[in-house]
Amino acid sequence: MIEVSVQDVGNAKVLSITGDVDLYSSPEVRKELMALTDQKVKNILVDLNKVSYMDSSGVATLVEGLQQIGKYKGKLALFGLHSVVKEVFELSRLDKVFDIYPDQDSALEKLS
Amino acid sequence: MSQQPIIEIENLETHYGTRQILKGVNLKINPGETLVILGRSGCGKSTLLRHMVGLAKPTSGTIKIKNRDITKFSEDESIEILKKLGILFQGAALFNSMTVAENVALPLREHTELEESTIKIMTRIKLELVGLSGFEDFKPAQLSGGMKKRAGLARAIAMDPEILFCDEPSAGLDPIVARGIDDLILKLKRAFRMTIVVVTHELPSVFLIADRIALLHEGQVIAYGTPQELKSNENPIVQQFLNREADDEELDRERYLSSLVSVG
Amino acid sequence: MELITRFLAALGRPTLGLLVHLSRMSKLGAETLKWMFVQPFKGYKLRLRSAVDQGVRIGWDSIPIVSVIAFFVGLILAMQAAYQLKPFGATIYVANLVAVAQTRSLGPIITAIVIAGRSGSAIAAELGTMKVAEEIDALRTMGLNPVGFLVVPRVLAMSLMLPALVLIADIVGIFGAYIFSVGALDITSVRFINQTANALVMKDVLTGLVKTVIFGIIIVGVGCYQGFIVDGGAEGVGRSTTNSVVISIFMIIFADVIFTAIFLFAF
Repeated sequence: MIEVSVQDVGNAKVLSITGDVDLYSSPEVRKELMALTDQKVKNILVDLNKVSYMDSSGVATLVEGLQQIGKYKGKLALFGLHSVVKEVFELSRLDKVFDIYPDQDSALEKLS
Repeated sequence: MSQQPIIEIENLETHYGTRQILKGVNLKINPGETLVILGRSGCGKSTLLRHMVGLAKPTSGTIKIKNRDITKFSEDESIEILKKLGILFQGAALFNSMTVAENVALPLREHTELEESTIKIMTRIKLELVGLSGFEDFKPAQLSGGMKKRAGLARAIAMDPEILFCDEPSAGLDPIVARGIDDLILKLKRAFRMTIVVVTHELPSVFLIADRIALLHEGQVIAYGTPQELKSNENPIVQQFLNREADDEELDRERYLSSLVSVG
Repeated sequence: MELITRFLAALGRPTLGLLVHLSRMSKLGAETLKWMFVQPFKGYKLRLRSAVDQGVRIGWDSIPIVSVIAFFVGLILAMQAAYQLKPFGATIYVANLVAVAQTRSLGPIITAIVIAGRSGSAIAAELGTMKVAEEIDALRTMGLNPVGFLVVPRVLAMSLMLPALVLIADIVGIFGAYIFSVGALDITSVRFINQTANALVMKDVLTGLVKTVIFGIIIVGVGCYQGFIVDGGAEGVGRSTTNSVVISIFMIIFADVIFTAIFLFAF
């Protein structure tokens, strides 16, 4: 139902999510994301190209990631948000809190 | 439109004791639509809502939610469907022994494996959405009527439901606060593309939020359509309702007199 | 003829009402057993935290009032006994009488009546208010069974806490008699304690505690049931609260008669 994978791209780790992020799958996302923040990875990018639906538990999980990464002054950015997913962020005014980029390259560029 | 309805009610009949409340209700609700069930007090609209959320079993007829007949569900089966529904009760029905945040978090704590930290953030997001951030640790008794409704709404959408039911969302609120609740319902509809079913008799809200309206009268749907269609409906009962005319009952002198003087 | 039908109707209607209540109550009982012993094994949580909260409210918070009342009851018993025993110069038997009466009968029954008035009514009022405010409906629509969520924790708490309170009442009651005996009857501490220890058999205390568990189930069962059947707003809550106390006390005394008879003739 959901797949989460991590790759090294440049100076960042990219967390790619495939599938719907909902109440039942977001613990999986959380596990992978927390594994990265526990290692204090400096730059984390979350690839949401293959996420067509995300509910508030998914958003909350990403907020948690942001909170963790802030503790060691790392950076978390999102890219490839579908319009539906983007709306969920906008509605709770979280588009102002996250760094959101259209694609991976522009995200990487900003980080370096 | 060949769209599959998300809720489909067929020939629903219900009784309260020996009195028949609903007399063969047929209704279809399409996904993403806001349906307002309109009717005056005692027409059976609250009964209809109670049946749609599985709080009561009908005498006959079927209610299909996502193509599954909920009237024949066992307890375990209904729990699965109930997780996809959110309900805003007339009096908000917040649990008075819990704080606002605990109220919103309760369904998440009970039905998901989410971490407590995630649930906390979700709760705050929902409260922010309904304009109640900062009120996490308040008890329901400390909130005003409008705030209680907002908190009830936050709890209703805690699980990101597919269908939201609202029972008289503006009952007991002053017009300005009521308008605020209507705006909130509109916002949720836009944001989550939820199917929303509202039961009310407040005309101002109806035309603001409804995609479709079903007018219930004496246990039957006597008119169904978009707000425009309803306005042009020629049925005198529909017109009477929309124009808020009071009943002028024909006075039967004989019967009136006998009702006053009869014994026992 | 009409007289007979009227008589039968007058007899039948309350009987029918009673039967309806009894059948609904046993349904609630069956449902409670199911949510206590079957559902926890099917993945539904047993609400132990809630049970502990209830235990504090029912048990811990009642210790002061139960202790005070038990102390006075012990004192009264001792004085009455002394009045009877003095002419025979047998005041030392105050210890026997109080110990046995308190542990076998008065401790359990007085405590149960206090708790019926204090906690049974609170349960009925709380659940009744929840019913009126649609909170019970809200639970059900969240997929949470009201019996599992509300009744089971209260039953668990009550059936553990009431025996504990009775044990306290037994000790404090005997202490009341001790104060009177040592203070007013010229019986030494050692004699009183020895006499009490000789008079009490384990059986006395145990039979008292066994029936207390039943009393507890009566209190919590009647309270929950009266809460769930509330109808008609605040007035209905008031009526159910009163009913819960009256019915509980009646049922407790009635149960005590049966228990006492059984213990007397069977053991």
